[in-house]
Amino acid sequence: MLGKTAASLFWMARYLERSENNARLIDAGFRIALTRSQTAAAEWKSVLVTAGVDRAFVAAHGDYSSARVVDFLLRDPANPSSIASVIKQARDNARTARTALTREVWEAVNTNWMTLTALLKRPVRDDDLPDVLTAIRQQSAQVRGALNGTMLRNDGFNFSLLGTFLERADNTARILDVKYYLLLPSVAHIGSSIDNVQWETILRSVSAHRAYRWLYGAEISALKIAEFLILYRQLPRSLAFCCERMEDNLAQLERGYGEETEAGRMARALCNERLSSPIQAIFDGGLHEYVTAFLRANAALARQIEHDYRFVE
Amino acid sequence: MLRGKGWRISFFDEMTGQEGGTRSPYREYCEWFDAEDSQRIQHKTQQAEALFRTTGITFNVYGDADADERLIPFDVVPRIISASEWRRLSRGIEQRVRALNAFLHDIYHRQEILRAGRVPTQLIARNDAFLPMMMGMDPPGGIYTHISGTDIVRTGANEFYVLEDNARTPSGVSYMLENRETMLQMFPELFAKVAVREVGDYPINLLKSLSACAPPKCGGTPTVAVLTPGIHNSAYYEHSFLADHMGAELVEGHDLRVVDGRVAMRTTQGYRAIDVVYRRVDDDFLDPLNFRPDSMLGVPGIWDVYRDGGITIANAPGTGIADDKALYSYMPDIIEFYTGEKALLPNVPTWRCSEPEHLREVLDRLPELVVKEVHGSGGYGMLVGPAASKKELAAFRAKLEANPGNYIAQPTLSLSTVPIFTKKGLAPRHVDLRPFVLMSPQGITITPGGLTRVAMTRGSLVVNSSQGGGTKDTWVLED
Repeated sequence: MLGKTAASLFWMARYLERSENNARLIDAGFRIALTRSQTAAAEWKSVLVTAGVDRAFVAAHGDYSSARVVDFLLRDPANPSSIASVIKQARDNARTARTALTREVWEAVNTNWMTLTALLKRPVRDDDLPDVLTAIRQQSAQVRGALNGTMLRNDGFNFSLLGTFLERADNTARILDVKYYLLLPSVAHIGSSIDNVQWETILRSVSAHRAYRWLYGAEISALKIAEFLILYRQLPRSLAFCCERMEDNLAQLERGYGEETEAGRMARALCNERLSSPIQAIFDGGLHEYVTAFLRANAALARQIEHDYRFVE
Repeated sequence: MLRGKGWRISFFDEMTGQEGGTRSPYREYCEWFDAEDSQRIQHKTQQAEALFRTTGITFNVYGDADADERLIPFDVVPRIISASEWRRLSRGIEQRVRALNAFLHDIYHRQEILRAGRVPTQLIARNDAFLPMMMGMDPPGGIYTHISGTDIVRTGANEFYVLEDNARTPSGVSYMLENRETMLQMFPELFAKVAVREVGDYPINLLKSLSACAPPKCGGTPTVAVLTPGIHNSAYYEHSFLADHMGAELVEGHDLRVVDGRVAMRTTQGYRAIDVVYRRVDDDFLDPLNFRPDSMLGVPGIWDVYRDGGITIANAPGTGIADDKALYSYMPDIIEFYTGEKALLPNVPTWRCSEPEHLREVLDRLPELVVKEVHGSGGYGMLVGPAASKKELAAFRAKLEANPGNYIAQPTLSLSTVPIFTKKGLAPRHVDLRPFVLMSPQGITITPGGLTRVAMTRGSLVVNSSQGGGTKDTWVLED
């Protein structure tokens, strides 16, 4: 496979994942803004920080009104992470990698772009927002379904999954990083439950609020939430889950190509060293320090994959 | 030779002939059509458009950076050619492509046709597409025109003319294939009723044909790649389509480099040699070391590898001289010179403005002629006399007088029509035809049919997609 094709598949998947993650973040922020107008600004700020675009937003707009933040995250061409921007990038990458995609996958990506471009042509009104966010998630699911249902399980499939899980791990880690002060035992004293709405936004932004209930019932604690998002291997957006998938896909690439890589070693180290200690040990070492180190390791892994598989030159 | 004033201006309709009946190739289709609900067909037309959008069969218009990708309008009424008509056409096309290939070989070797005085030396010497570096080179298998497209127009029941030879990078084959695919999806029952010849094996024939031209240094099964300028090129869809359907890699210049005397592509596992490149970039951009130094599209050093038998470039560099419209007017001589036979398919009568007598006649009759730039393509830089305003005519007259050698002129042909489906029913529109031809040392393959381009506007003779023309599925009937 061409290095360029591998890069395009990797980035196509990253951008699609990013559009979906941003939709979840907007959804979580929007709920807070609706239910608690007095904390809305702080919540929107944390959404923007999580998405990594707070500085760009402040430079362009200044204050955090719901309409402005939502528009910035959904449609602003000046925001390279806006959903309109990333679905265009996903489609451009899919076009470049067209020969490595099945017709179904290409058509799903193309339809995603056409549908959302039409929906995002004008600013989205509050009462339309839930439908638009649902459409974004559904379009994304269509692409994922087509990928799973029709792609040959070859290197191309591995590269697109690597893109998906790298981006997803990054997103979950950022949510933890932005919210870590809420999860610190020193702030929320042991035994006391953290703010209901706050924990719900965290879980909602990874689509796991219901799953958490099934698992932990009514017991809401910072420790449990952090454990769930970091170490719980059955949660598809946990760091452990994402890292295991990256490790698997890199191992498959190594087997397929008959060659061990530095990226493979890094992914194994990520799983073995960072995701095998109990949550209490992570807290003891400092959650913020832990998440920062994870984000750095994840970004280094991305660069190593790019290098080992000759994405560019 | 020139049929000036007597040129007919009534039109031959391929479905109804001149009398308004139903010509035999269309009989079964018309029976089906008459029994169909026109609302259903209307609905199918909309469906087809959605299908094309979803598939992304779009093109970008040059010089229109902000424009969305456009769809080429598709018409649901097929253009139907009988088996015997096709036999005649394909024999003529084959003869022509053979002659072109022999001509290119001769021009880059002994130049006997020039020495025999059958084609003026000036025409080659002044031709921008002539590549002196190709002199004495033997492309693998002796093939120059691996892929070509011959534009044909019809003016009557038995009158076909070749309008143009496209030996550089003829495009449109993906539309031919997608049009058929769309028709099969929308009207499967029609194909059960009418025996239409298959076109879907074009990509596999292309792969076979290109593989058969592997270079001397190829060891084992040839690796074929399609070289594209990238996703912003107007024909990118076609490039990716062909690579995809051949199972070949789609590469850009920056994916390639010369490694150990071979052209190699950067894969996830390092550089891998390629044997045959179907390039969709022009000669000028192939190799910045040997051609245009400012080009980013090509591969530095590919020329040296080519000369050493390390790669096959399709079409061969320098093939573009055959596309020259001034040369076109010599095609009947060229065919006779190399095949010893008369051309089976006639040329459109052509005035060469480089010749003073011709120029005088062209200037006299400008409002009734079509004038084309010798090197132009895609319907740009041409004058359609009958459709031009006085101002446009005057401006073109000045251009002609300033640089007559840059132009040829032809009578306004009474192009045949084929009905398209409109909200008000069937309506005749002018069409042309581009059959696609593959050539390898093993022979010539012509896909039955080709791309029918149709002027969607009533009365218009301009069928180019860059000028708003549409396309139709083209059926060649089984015997």
